[in-house]
Amino acid sequence: MRKLILSGLVSVPLWMVLNVGIALENSTQVKPAQANPAQAKPVQSSPVSKKAFVPPPESEIPEGKFGDTIRLGRDIFLHTRANAPEYVGNDLNCSNCHLDAGRRANSGPLWAAYVRYPMYRPKNDKVNTFAERLQGCFMYSMNGKAPPADSEVIKALTAYSYWLATGAPTGVNMPGFGYPKQGFEPKQAPSYERGEAIYAEKCALCHGENGEGVHVKKGEFAFPALWGANSFNWGAGMHELNNAAAFIKHNMPLGLGGTLTDQEAWDVAMFMDSHERPQDPRYNGNIQETRKKYHDTKWSLYGIEVNGKVLGQGVK
Amino acid sequence: MKKQLFLGALLSVVTVSSLAASGASRNEVVNGEKIAREGNGRGAVGCLVCHGMHGEGVSVSGFPRLAGLNARYLEKQLNDFVSGARDNVVMKPTATALSEDERRAVADYYSKLSVPERVAITLESNEVGEALALRGKWDQQVPACIQCHGPNGVGIGEHFPPLSGQSALYLANQMREWKKGSRANDPLGLMKHVAQSLTESEILAVAKWFSSQPTFLVENSDITSQVSAQETTQEKVTGGKQ
Ligand code: HEC
Ligand code: HEC
Ligand code: HEC
Ligand code: HEC
Repeated sequence: MRKLILSGLVSVPLWMVLNVGIALENSTQVKPAQANPAQAKPVQSSPVSKKAFVPPPESEIPEGKFGDTIRLGRDIFLHTRANAPEYVGNDLNCSNCHLDAGRRANSGPLWAAYVRYPMYRPKNDKVNTFAERLQGCFMYSMNGKAPPADSEVIKALTAYSYWLATGAPTGVNMPGFGYPKQGFEPKQAPSYERGEAIYAEKCALCHGENGEGVHVKKGEFAFPALWGANSFNWGAGMHELNNAAAFIKHNMPLGLGGTLTDQEAWDVAMFMDSHERPQDPRYNGNIQETRKKYHDTKWSLYGIEVNGKVLGQGVK
Repeated sequence: MKKQLFLGALLSVVTVSSLAASGASRNEVVNGEKIAREGNGRGAVGCLVCHGMHGEGVSVSGFPRLAGLNARYLEKQLNDFVSGARDNVVMKPTATALSEDERRAVADYYSKLSVPERVAITLESNEVGEALALRGKWDQQVPACIQCHGPNGVGIGEHFPPLSGQSALYLANQMREWKKGSRANDPLGLMKHVAQSLTESEILAVAKWFSSQPTFLVENSDITSQVSAQETTQEKVTGGKQ
């Protein structure tokens, strides 16, 4: 029943006659002025990341038990639900927000993260270990549960991050760390309406008209959901406008990071973060109190009224 | 006898191609299959002459497979051949000779043909091609091809066509066309950026890699979850079977 590639040949005895197809490939044709308006050249590296650190190539992951743990960490990072199902509540992967398997500068790279911890974080008002930082992304970005600090999952992700940071200095903010937010402020107040138009033009083709994303198979996105029940929850960093705008500015549209203007990135972040998503797991039954306790910043729309609806209701 | 018919049709591509497509009346039910087999009698040759009896394409000639591709993708390509956004001397006259309704009908027809089933053929290792396909080239901000074209390159929805089941020659030709600027029909310039960031040897390697991939999702993960995924997301995922 299975036909091999060659089967195509038999049905058309004329292919030799018709070989024009390839010959024409070399002919120089003058192209009508059909230039795609949006074909701006992407910025290859932003000023912030000029001297970004280069982590070792994957081919250098050592053999043996340590290497196996590093590889497991990478696989969890790339296919999170498949490899850590008990801690994951949506179909996102860590690498959806930390691109190129956590290697890419300006998308929260793991090599830069590893050397910043332990660190004090106002989010939970205490000194956080690297393990606690990883747990945070499971609870909020992955809308799941924190793996225990001594679990295989945390061990493997830590090993992978440690290995990526080979040769990096500790205790510094390396160029390209996090999403570049220093001095990144909107010139005009971010606009939902402008953001909506940008979204339709430059995002919907992948992320879907309703931000629902596109699945490649059950449990895993090709294009991740930006809002709704299968996205990150109201406790996640990406729900804050400054994180979202900085991420989008440098990394979206996929492959064309750096082509949006700063204002466009803020506007489309505003549009994205004005939609409902799963409830903040710290929700205490009262949106305004929860806002006051955890979201008392101008970058959070939690508890704010947009289009006649108070955000932060949560969706399941 | 069939042969003669094809030859005749072929000649007409040269002689009649300048005829504009005007006649197709809106009231007529346009028959996509008929166009695919016989052309429309007003300058468009039967597509099977070049695209194969079952839309499987002709590998050695670089004629692409059409079978099982998304209908809206196929229709868009035909429109782009007409407008010149995809500038191709072979397809332009044929596409131009079709009315809009005919383009839609023939696109619908090919989208419903079953995907030619091809198994993986790996003759030699191809690390360069595989790395580009599965992981990309991020130092130039090139995502992995499979991020947009789906696992094994089976395609995703109407915007992202399959790469598996196409010949290496056809795939490489397209990337060269983007580099040259003669294909400039991609949304947001997504593929232009990808193609421009690849060297000729990378183009050849990655084209070869995809041309040797199976046309169906075959992964080591369990099959049942994929089947149910196709059921639940049928609208969104082209996933080979349609
Ligand atoms: C929905 C997007 C999203 C997903 C999915 C996500 N993260 Fe994050 N992550 C963020 C944001 C936002 C930050 C904060 C970035 C900043 O502060 O600039 C962050 C920060 C981090 C940091 C700290 C970076 C630093 O430099 O301090 C680590 C480590 C991290 N994430 C790991 C993970 C892991 C592991 C997963 C998967 C279990 C994951 N992330 C999934 C959005 C995400
Ligand atoms: C060509 C397809 C494509 C386009 C166009 C695109 N994205 Fe994405 N986006 C992706 C993919 C794929 C990922 C996951 C990245 C990865 O895994 O490498 C992603 C990730 C994201 C994320 C983080 C993950 C999440 O679910 O929150 C955000 C936010 C995002 N995109 C916003 C946008 C915005 C805003 C636009 C329009 C300006 C946009 N994207 C355009 C494909 C695209
Ligand atoms: C004389 C040969 C020939 C005939 C007849 C022909 N085609 Fe093509 N077709 C080609 C070639 C060659 C290409 C590839 C062009 C390129 O390299 O860009 C192509 C490309 C296409 C594509 C783009 C496929 C993709 O994957 O992007 C579509 C759609 C298509 N043809 C439809 C048709 C239809 C419909 C007909 C019949 C009405 C037809 N063709 C008749 C030679 C032909
Ligand atoms: C950011 C998304 C994206 C990525 C990544 C991407 N492509 Fe594409 N590709 C597209 C889109 C969109 C099209 C269809 C353009 C159109 O509408 O004609 C396309 C079309 C193609 C085609 C033409 C197919 C046909 O039937 O004519 C080839 C060949 C191709 N891509 C190869 C690749 C290869 C090889 C890679 C990896 C090196 C790659 N693409 C990565 C978005 C992408």
